[in-house]
Amino acid sequence: MSARLVQRPGQAASIVIRGARILDPIAGVDRVGDLVVRDGVVGGDAAGLEEVDGTGLVVVPGFVDPHVHLRTPGREDTEDIASGSLSGAAGGFVAIAAMPNTQPPVDDAQDLVRLLELAEHDAVIPVGFICAITKGQNGSQLTEAAELAELGAVALSDDGRPVSDAAVFRRALQYQRLAGLPFTLHEEDMHLSGGGAMHEGAVSARLGVEGIPAVSEAIAVGRDVLLAHYEGARIHVCHVSAKETIEEVRRGKSMGVRVTAEVTPHHLVLIDEDCEDLDAATRKMNPPLRGREDREALIAALVDGTIDCVATDHAPHGASEKELPFEEAPFGVTGLETAFAVLNTHLVRTGRMPLELLVRRMSGDAARVLDMPEPTLADGAVANLAVIDPEATWRVGADGFRSKSGNSAFLGEELTGRVTMTIAGGQIAWRT
Amino acid sequence: MSSRRSLIAIGDLSRDEITRMLDLAERFSEVMRRDIKKVPTLRGRTVINMFFEASTRTATSFELAGKRMSADVINVKGSGSSVEKGETLKDTVLTLNAYQPDILVVRHRAAGAVAAAARYTQAAVINAGDGKHEHPTQALLDLYTLRRATGRLDGLHVAFVGDVLHSRVARSGAIALATMGAKVSFVSPPTLLPREAEAGLGVSTSSDIRDIADADVVYALRMQHERMGNGGFVPSLREYATRYGIGHHRLRPGQLVMHAGPMNRGVEITDELADDPTALITTQVESGMVVRMAVMYDLLTESGARTPEAVAEAVAA
Repeated sequence: MSARLVQRPGQAASIVIRGARILDPIAGVDRVGDLVVRDGVVGGDAAGLEEVDGTGLVVVPGFVDPHVHLRTPGREDTEDIASGSLSGAAGGFVAIAAMPNTQPPVDDAQDLVRLLELAEHDAVIPVGFICAITKGQNGSQLTEAAELAELGAVALSDDGRPVSDAAVFRRALQYQRLAGLPFTLHEEDMHLSGGGAMHEGAVSARLGVEGIPAVSEAIAVGRDVLLAHYEGARIHVCHVSAKETIEEVRRGKSMGVRVTAEVTPHHLVLIDEDCEDLDAATRKMNPPLRGREDREALIAALVDGTIDCVATDHAPHGASEKELPFEEAPFGVTGLETAFAVLNTHLVRTGRMPLELLVRRMSGDAARVLDMPEPTLADGAVANLAVIDPEATWRVGADGFRSKSGNSAFLGEELTGRVTMTIAGGQIAWRT
Repeated sequence: MSSRRSLIAIGDLSRDEITRMLDLAERFSEVMRRDIKKVPTLRGRTVINMFFEASTRTATSFELAGKRMSADVINVKGSGSSVEKGETLKDTVLTLNAYQPDILVVRHRAAGAVAAAARYTQAAVINAGDGKHEHPTQALLDLYTLRRATGRLDGLHVAFVGDVLHSRVARSGAIALATMGAKVSFVSPPTLLPREAEAGLGVSTSSDIRDIADADVVYALRMQHERMGNGGFVPSLREYATRYGIGHHRLRPGQLVMHAGPMNRGVEITDELADDPTALITTQVESGMVVRMAVMYDLLTESGARTPEAVAEAVAA
């Protein structure tokens, strides 16, 4: 009974990267030298292998994203497993976990098995699937979690919405003792959020856009931390956006609750003041971009570990949907191809966090929240790595996207740091 | 993307630009006192009014403003709900843009709709109200009305009373008044006051109706039931009217009263006050047309061409 990460069969990588900085924070490695990958495995004899000049490049354990949307089934026009996994590869990701809020939601064995089969055919990097907590994500009847766990579900989530009924969620937590799957939770009090489209604050007051109060998220997290404590269960909090929420997570951790949390690149970099132009394609997401103080608190919490990891919440949408008026467009921005470069540009290069820590938060720490395998550069490990040019600059969208959708929050921005190669599951999945 | 100057948010206008438009409106008001109320200023120009949300006075005054300046004016009505209607907005704009209009006047129920529309047309776009966001020409006509009534805007104190939360009139008005050096306060039940309005709009706020005493102008806002969803913002209209309804009993002599209409008589304003000729309510409606004439003229005129001579020609029959 373990999570299945599925990748299409392919040629095992055999390559040697010469003279690169080899940085594996978890293994405590930071040296300049060669890294050998032979037959898809790290280490071994470099003789006869293709050589790559790694001067000025950094080889790191590949990134893991516990929170993406691959829009399959139902909206393959905006993303599918092939395009989404390639998008991940282009961003240095070596494993991603797809949320179940598809059309229809992934809520039974048949749905899961079909996706795993598709991924065996289409996924260029290992892909795992999260299944719904409740049937149809309707918030009432539990899914057959024990069976889903046996078939290889990564976790359970009703992402896109919370399990609003506390009694239902409590039963789900109790049932975790049987099924064993971690919960990854979209936390929101839907009554408080109402029809909101952006963070409630001075900017929403000026723009007249209905606000989503920060406490809408924090209250839901507070409830679930208490329930997890009461039931001795384990929860992961998706896309933390508000400083009040950080306090709830911190309180949970100090109480000994098994609670972890993630934050997205866009919440770490952008704020509500960036919404002035009311451009839904780049600025409308749920949870919304919060205030300046929230962003500062998120960065601090990611540094101090209250927030465990980065997740992109990669949410592709068709152009025609995102061209709607701000209040009527769907929530969500893409993130896989830009995540590292955005955080390298805005956090590492500005001195807010060292590269080693960013790599930790995007790789091993991100894998651990959903019990996914932790990428490592240790000899004998299956090669799951990213090669980064930390000084390369590029403009987001200038050469299109590997994703089928272009609703990036950073469209047109010049970023520093580029993934030049990704080896995932022992296969070369991306190479510039 | 509109290549012409547009008017989507009042904050895009500087104090000088606002003054220029108000001055221009004065000149057009002279035209309205003539026997023949039509000038050839926009002959050969096309104005399309797209009203996706109900309107009486705004739609009428934009139409009349265009016609009084000899433009060809076309009115497109839309009705709407949710997602597909937004697509309709884009497609409608693209379609109408093929006729090469000079001005698109857009009203829509969603904040951000007019900014979205402006991405698909070459025409100058005028925001005639988008959701709770903005209504810049209303703000301009309110400034015009106030400047005429008091002779000044700088230092004037205007209190907006009531449903600020759902009011684009209050939002655009507060920004415009602040730009002109006026003081603005919101006096409102706590449930109808936007959070952080002070920081966001530079206004002072209060839930005590007695705080209108300091104001030179009391601006009663319509209770916008249609934007309240399931409601519950106030316990009852009766309690609201008792606590916040504006009538003669709350006003001191010389205090001016405004309302953007349509009025809920007996709710935010008493019947007697609504009919009091000293209230500026009808003046606001009259101001609407000349201000909208001024805005259309201004947007279609290059800055170098706005000489006194050119303006004199514009208002000549």
